[in-house]
This record gives sequence, C-alpha cells and structure tokens, in this order.
Amino acid sequence: MAVKFEKTGDGAYTLDVTSYVCPHPQVYTKKALEKMASGDVLTLLFDNPSSGESIISMCESAGNELLDKNENSRGSFAWKIRKG
Amino acid sequence: MGKQSELTAIDNSAPADSWLGHKGALYAIIIVGLVTLFSMLALSVDQRFIYMLVYLWFGLVYGVLLQYGRFCMASAIRDLFAVKVPRMAVGVMIATALFSLTAAAVTAGGFSTFYPHPWGWHILIGGAIFGFGFIFTGGCATGSLYKSGEGNVGSMLVVLAISVSQAVFVMAGGLMNRLVPASWTASAAAKGMPEQLTVTNGWFDQFMAGYIWDLKGVTMAQWLGFENPVMGAFVGNALLGAILPTIAILLALYLFFFRKAYLYRARIAHPGIGDELSGLWAMLTTSKKTALAGLGLGIFAGLQMWATGALREHYQIFNFGELLEKMGYTTGLSIQGTVFDPGYWYITTQEAQWAGWALDQVGVETMDTVYFGLENGIPNPLLNAPGLMSIGIILGAASIALIRREFKWKMPNLETAVLAIVGGCLMGIGARIGMGCNVGAFFAAVTNGDMTGWAFLLGMTAGAFVGVKLFNRWIEWKLAREGDFAL
Repeated sequence: MAVKFEKTGDGAYTLDVTSYVCPHPQVYTKKALEKMASGDVLTLLFDNPSSGESIISMCESAGNELLDKNENSRGSFAWKIRKG
Repeated sequence: MGKQSELTAIDNSAPADSWLGHKGALYAIIIVGLVTLFSMLALSVDQRFIYMLVYLWFGLVYGVLLQYGRFCMASAIRDLFAVKVPRMAVGVMIATALFSLTAAAVTAGGFSTFYPHPWGWHILIGGAIFGFGFIFTGGCATGSLYKSGEGNVGSMLVVLAISVSQAVFVMAGGLMNRLVPASWTASAAAKGMPEQLTVTNGWFDQFMAGYIWDLKGVTMAQWLGFENPVMGAFVGNALLGAILPTIAILLALYLFFFRKAYLYRARIAHPGIGDELSGLWAMLTTSKKTALAGLGLGIFAGLQMWATGALREHYQIFNFGELLEKMGYTTGLSIQGTVFDPGYWYITTQEAQWAGWALDQVGVETMDTVYFGLENGIPNPLLNAPGLMSIGIILGAASIALIRREFKWKMPNLETAVLAIVGGCLMGIGARIGMGCNVGAFFAAVTNGDMTGWAFLLGMTAGAFVGVKLFNRWIEWKLAREGDFAL
C-alpha cells in the first residue's frame, strides 16, 4: 500500500502511512509538513504506535500544534497537526 | 464523533478508559497464567529449573517495561538523525546511568556474571553493520522482540532474519573461506583444537579461533588497577566508565537537539544557568514513560545479574550447561559441557541457537563449529535459558499491550517485509562480528566498565548515520517516481 499525501481542502491535507513501521511515518510526516504553509492542518493516518512518540516530540520542538490524537479501537490513529 | 461511538459499540462492559474489564486484560491474564503454570510444572520436575525460570521471568519484566516505555535503542540513534528527536537517546542514557550503579553493586558484592569483551576493530565494524541494518528494520533486536509481542508480524520477520542469518553466518564455509586472512587460518590451526570442530574451515570459526582469541578485554576497574572491589566497581566502572560519559552525551544531546527549541518556546533570549538546568530537566522528563522504563530496566538488569550470580554460587557452577548435565539433560551441550548462559540481558545468540536447532533437526551439521560446538551448544529451545528470556520479552510485551489495548496483529506490506529480512540479516551478521547487539555489546558492556561498549555505540552511530542518509535518499527517489508529494 503506497503512501498517500493529498490536499483535501483549503489549507487541509491528509497523509496516509497506514501499515508502515518506524521510521517511515515520522519521516513522511516531516516531509509532508515541509510542503505545507504555516497554519495549514495535516490529518495524519497511521497505525504504528512507536512512531507516535517521535511525532509528538517532533511537533513540540518544531512548534507544530498537535490538535487531536484520535485513536479508534482497532489501533489506528488519525491525528491532526497544525503547522506552526 | 466516530471515536466515542466506536468504542462504546465494541466495549460495553466497562468505561472506555478502564484498563480491565475487556478482552485484552483477559488474554493478558491467560498468558501470565500459562507462564506461571509452565514454571510450576518445571519446578515440580526438578527444582534446579529455577535457574532458567529466572531468565524467563526477567524477560517478562523487560517486555512489560520495554512496551510501556516504547523503549527501542534503534530509535535512540535513528530518530536523532532522521527527525532530530532525542527522546530515546535520553531514555537509553538514563537506563545506562542507573544500570551502571546496580551492576556496580552486584560486582562489589561478588555476584557479577560479566566478562569484558576483547578489544579489536571487529567491534566498530560489527557495530556499523548492525546500526546500518536496524535503520531499515524498524527496531533493534530487543525492540523487534517487544514489537513482535504487540502483534507486529514485520518485527517477527526481523527476529526470524536475525536468527537464520546468524546461524548461517557462523557455519558458512565454502566460498566464505576465501575471505579469511592467512594469519587467522595459521593462528587457528596453531590452537590445537579438537578435530571435530574443523577450526580451519569456516569464516567464523577462523574469525574466532584465529583472531578474537588472541585479543584481550578489560574493565575500567581492572585497567585502572583498583584493589578495593567496591571502589573499583563504583568509581572505576560506574562513575568513570559509564556515568561521566553518559553526562557528557546528555549535555551534547541537550546542546544540539533540544536547547534551541526549548529556549524559543520558553521565550528566553539570554538564558542563565538556572534556565539551562530547567532545560536539561525538561529534556530528561519529556517522555515520562520512557524515563520510567529506563529506570526500571536499569534496576531489573542489575537484579538479574545478582540473581543469576547467586544461583551459580548456590549450585556451584560457572555455566548452566553444568547444571543441565547434573539434571540429566546432555543433548545439545557444547563439547565443553556448556551452553549459552550470559547471566544478564543479552540478545542474538539465543536467536541464532533457535535457527541452529531447527537446522540441526533437519540434518544440517552444526556442531562442527566454534560457535555452537565449542562455546554455546544447541540445547532444546525449551531448555535454552536466555532463549526463554527472549520469549519472556515477547510475552511480557504482549501482556501489557493487551491490557493497554495496544495489541494489534499487523501484517507488513511487501516493502516492510523485504526491509525486515534484509535489515535483519545485516543485524545478525553485525551482531556476530561485533560479538553482541545494542544490549550485549553496548548496554551490558558500558554499565560493567567495559569500554568496548562505547566503541560499539560509535560503530552503531556511524552505521546508522549512513543508513539514515540512504533511507532518506530512497524515500526521495520513491516520492519523485510515484509523484505522491507532487501536488
């Protein structure tokens, strides 16, 4: 399953890295955020919990805001990150 | 929205955030129950099985701590380079500092099971290959075990690759013999080893008998000539060998990976000493779970050394093989009557033995090697003490993952599977050349005053650095090709 990054609206993007393990999710997230403008919101879909830890740290140090850490009962995450 | 309704639809028996009262906790209880049953059964057959059960139960504890703190040493180096995140590097340093103290206490008490590794270029080379490999597998050796426990099938492939690659590597002769320096062959031949080991046949046999055995290892306490064992252990090994380097590394991590962003967030333009100290503390406590896991691992790793040392004292043995022999189990012991029995947290050799045992079962000749035939043997997996520790790590991680509702069967996609196998093979080969992985050749070494551990870390860092660069190039190439990030 390929990685999907698409613009879903005005200032809104979705990155789907489901089924990828470390360090793919965090590396793709970094690259996706680089392509976005300040204030844009990224919806990140992944299911590798360890990557989540790195992504939290990445957001904190880069000044990106982690708006939502949604997790469904099947272990899939749908996080929302606003680029700082 | 979706989250609340999905959760209540599936789990009606308890509030969404309770840890118990759902299937996961039940499975966890079943797992621990079965391990307990197995233990009681073993003890009822022969009380002396306590020696290997200690390995099993410490494995369970490690598994719980590792999963809880998402403690992966590969991430420590990899995420530092790939995404500039120092979380795990900090966690590893905390664990190192603490284990160095508990290990010193064990050593001072006379119960240490540790022997220093010999110094040589193989440490840097093995470390580099190992570090390069774990960039692509998604975890180090221990990390792959705990992630297997979480249901990650890709990580199971890594463990499989580590096992098989090692077994093949330590037995490989034929064309591999051409890559052996003549000096190794001569040195190996001169050692007067039993014929059946065929030490001049096989790359790894000659690496061991013709190169490694001519090298020496030493702890800081020994090297600095401490006569008092307590001073030697605490000042020589712990303070000078581990804690001071750890502090230096933490300071470097703070300066290069944390300080700038921290001061910016705290809006401090001209930081004083107090601000810097607050910054350091913030870095240490960024991930509480990781820090706690680090503390826990440091304590239990020391306790395991003490427990095994005490049992060796009690049974008057140097190696579990002697005990197995007394208990009537002689199949699979090395020709010296030994088995692999490090006495502390060590991964990779037991995995090699699993693969070796499987190959042995189908008729492959395994015992004509130094690695299996002379040193480690190939005991039945049910009697392989450190093997049970690895299984304990998997089961412990599974239990806590189930309780925390983080267990999930994850099938790897093709890309992940290929990377798991290739990376796992590199990790296996690197571990054998470096004589251990991030646990045995780094963590256990530096915390026991064996400075080869820092050399192995250096090797891993170099290999990982190259690995991350290659990984990034490859991601860029994929993105350009598939136009995924085009927009």
